[in-house]
Amino acid sequence: MALLIFATLPLLLIVGYALFAIWLERKVSAHIQDRLGPMRVGGWHGWAQTIADMLKLIQKEDIIPTNASRFLFKSAPFVLFAASYAAFSVIPFSSAYIGSSINIGVFYLLAVTSLLTLSVIMGAWASNNKWSLLGGMRTAAQMVSYEVPTIMSVLSVLVVAGSLNLMTISEMQTGNDILGFLPNWLIFQNPFLIVAFIIFFISIVAESHRVPFDLPESESELVAGFQTEYSGMRWGIFMLAEYADMLLLSLLGAVLFFGGWASPFGSYLSGPVWGFIWFMLKGLLFVFVMMWMRWTLPRYRVDQLMEICWTILIPVSFINFVLIALWEMTF
Amino acid sequence: MAPVTSPQPAAIENRTMTINMGPQHPSTHGVLRLEVTVDGEVVTKVKPDIGYLHRCFEKYAESLGDYAKVVPYTDRIDYVSALHQEMGYVIAVEKLLELEVPERVEYMRVILAELQRIASHLLGIGTFGLDLGAFTPFLYCFIERENILRILEKVSGARLLYNYLCVGGLMRDIPTDFTSDTWEFVTSFRPKIKELNDLLTTNSIFIDRTANIGVLPAEVALNYSASGPMLRGSGVSWDLRKNDPYSIYDRFEFNVPVGQGEMGTVGDCWDRYIVRVREMEESLKIIEQALDQMPGEGDVKEAVPRRIRSKEGEVYVRTETPRGELGYYIISEKSGPYRIKARTPSFVNLSILPAISKGALVADLVAIVGSIDIVLGGVDR
Amino acid sequence: MVQTLKKSWTTFKTIFTGMGVTMRHLLQPSVTLRYPEERDELPSGARSKLFVHIDDCIGCKLCERACPVNCIAIETVQATKDVDLGKTSTGNPKRFWITTFNIDMSKCMYCDMCVPPCPTECISMVPEYEYSEYDRNNLLFQFSELSADKVTEVKEKAEKEQEEKQRKKKEAARKKKAQKADQTSKAKQKNSEG
Ligand code: SF4
Ligand code: SF4
Repeated sequence: MALLIFATLPLLLIVGYALFAIWLERKVSAHIQDRLGPMRVGGWHGWAQTIADMLKLIQKEDIIPTNASRFLFKSAPFVLFAASYAAFSVIPFSSAYIGSSINIGVFYLLAVTSLLTLSVIMGAWASNNKWSLLGGMRTAAQMVSYEVPTIMSVLSVLVVAGSLNLMTISEMQTGNDILGFLPNWLIFQNPFLIVAFIIFFISIVAESHRVPFDLPESESELVAGFQTEYSGMRWGIFMLAEYADMLLLSLLGAVLFFGGWASPFGSYLSGPVWGFIWFMLKGLLFVFVMMWMRWTLPRYRVDQLMEICWTILIPVSFINFVLIALWEMTF
Repeated sequence: MAPVTSPQPAAIENRTMTINMGPQHPSTHGVLRLEVTVDGEVVTKVKPDIGYLHRCFEKYAESLGDYAKVVPYTDRIDYVSALHQEMGYVIAVEKLLELEVPERVEYMRVILAELQRIASHLLGIGTFGLDLGAFTPFLYCFIERENILRILEKVSGARLLYNYLCVGGLMRDIPTDFTSDTWEFVTSFRPKIKELNDLLTTNSIFIDRTANIGVLPAEVALNYSASGPMLRGSGVSWDLRKNDPYSIYDRFEFNVPVGQGEMGTVGDCWDRYIVRVREMEESLKIIEQALDQMPGEGDVKEAVPRRIRSKEGEVYVRTETPRGELGYYIISEKSGPYRIKARTPSFVNLSILPAISKGALVADLVAIVGSIDIVLGGVDR
Repeated sequence: MVQTLKKSWTTFKTIFTGMGVTMRHLLQPSVTLRYPEERDELPSGARSKLFVHIDDCIGCKLCERACPVNCIAIETVQATKDVDLGKTSTGNPKRFWITTFNIDMSKCMYCDMCVPPCPTECISMVPEYEYSEYDRNNLLFQFSELSADKVTEVKEKAEKEQEEKQRKKKEAARKKKAQKADQTSKAKQKNSEG
């Protein structure tokens, strides 16, 4: 029983977060565009809007195109969601809670998130729609390519941290020792990690297909990309998974570069509960920046996207990796 | 030992795929349908399929039998720049009937036309950004456009299809606070152009997406008889307001911005875009001069005939709308119009699309369609 | 290499400029009007619905003729001698019963062409825009205030008067004819006498 509760905690968190994040996205986009966004449902600034939307989506008819490959079409959203949900198990939410403190946490996480590509292609191919297919092809190319810089920048962190266990990595970042006041976060420990972080951030934006890299579902070109034929709750699950994915990668960034649950004020305001709050705040900050970017920038074209990845990010991340290793050896 | 033979690869069939872009695609600006043949994501052939919005303007104009009644129909040709459509038609009929129009009316028409040009360009720029994935500039443009629409609503009573110009004058008197409202808009709009430049024009992703895309050489543009920003983007300085002034455009000082290939090649999407942005500034200049010179008094309905007595004859009048050259060809009989033909710039400009989008990616095709800035009402009439 | 670095630098710079602009807007108050609670005031001349002061209408049908889409339908009956319909507020005498005055707002294109020709300024646009209907028949606005009975009554009366007139005319014609015949016969007589 306790185990069950233990296992479903992240699920509750993800669903709650996704509802909040969708609401936040609407609000942020609205205010950036001098609008108000949802204001009615639930009273204060329409906080219940996404709940109402979810209820509506659940009631909707589940439309499956006649020529779709039914099994794949039906299961794709769930595979997508399962993949991002599974990855949450190794994220250390606070000093007292982690789903599974395995020694190869980072490796597991990167492996599981690769499943996302698979499910997107599944959905795209099974829809039997040309737009979906184009979207699926783009996704496959994009996610496979951007995994390389992501992994390279994660590896750079691992060189500094010396562990694959995310809990251990978080623990070693507590305290405020750098220059006397800066927290012991990894990004402050090695100047080249700042570059690694920039690369990491760009890659996670691409991996969670957000603007300017939202080619898989770029609505003005491909209608809705791989989601074109989806409707009702199946589409809702895609949406949920997309936001979950965004949070997952942001949290990973928080653990790897910004101390995870470690408080920015040393031992002040630390502890399991505060740790959780700090951790979520850091994650949400990245999520907010991604939203902010989304509502500012146009999107890249598919070949430019690849060009950035293969001609800039990957070489830079390799060079950076070597430099970090050298730095670690000398100091 | 038998030699190892590598398995013969099955002949790879190189097949193309036909996709239908539109009529319900989010970025075809209305009900345009493009039959696109793609090889992977590379466009090999585009065929625009039009006619979804055909409303028989010409037939209506003939059967109404009254020149005055046609004006509200001209509005609907290109509903984004309705005043320009009216203006061309009204000038044509006035030329046919040899009517003199009072000064005040002429100034008013010019001011309104330039306001409408800004509004129309704002929409064109905004949707172009939207096609490239930038949602926010679109709404900023709409906020500014709203300010113009408010002025126009105060003047004419309507926000989109004004029916404000009539043969010989204007439908209503000019409201007293028109000048002050317009001044206010002109002063508040200048900084907004700068903001738009910061957000979109100089954004390097935007430049990457538009520079060197859909290059339209000047020669091709002329051969296809392109006009408006489409032609000027290719570096040809041709603006009817300068080259063949109608109304009172010869009294104002303004420049004709042309594409210079600052970010890539002359005649690419970015050039067409920047021509529109710069034209907005020029329009502001014209508005300022016109507001200064406009006579304060005068009856705007002075020259409006009570009943239009048709004459026999033929006229062709061309005017510069935000999208290019709009021509009205009228053959008139004693009983009324025999034939009214509208030559719309959107239709002509769209015909260039197949020529400039070969070899582009699907994403580029969207950018090219956006940079042509068509209005389907104008294409189909 | 240098070029790539330069390019990346401008990319970052322009992205941050753009994000600065959006951040400014994020902190600005929004321009939205929350529609049913807050309303924009329409300018006085806004064209959103036609209204007819039927009391002032003289039944000249000028508006009907001006409309390009024929969405105004007017039927009139001449008033009989014994009734005086009075004058409009602009001083024009009224001579017709307006038995039908229908405006089909579902056809109307709000072009305002029917307003200026009206001699008594009784047809006008009013800034009222909330009149959507589920059934398009409800968009047929009937401005005539006469009841069906009244309509038949005035019609009959008018017909009677018309008939009376006709009869009188005929009678007059007959009388004239008779007179003429009389005269000619007299003249003939005279002739034959002479
Ligand atoms: S507004 Fe125009 S369409 Fe409507 S009734 Fe008047 S003339 Fe006819
Ligand atoms: S023009 Fe005026 S007075 Fe004449 S019929 Fe129409 S509403 Fe009545």
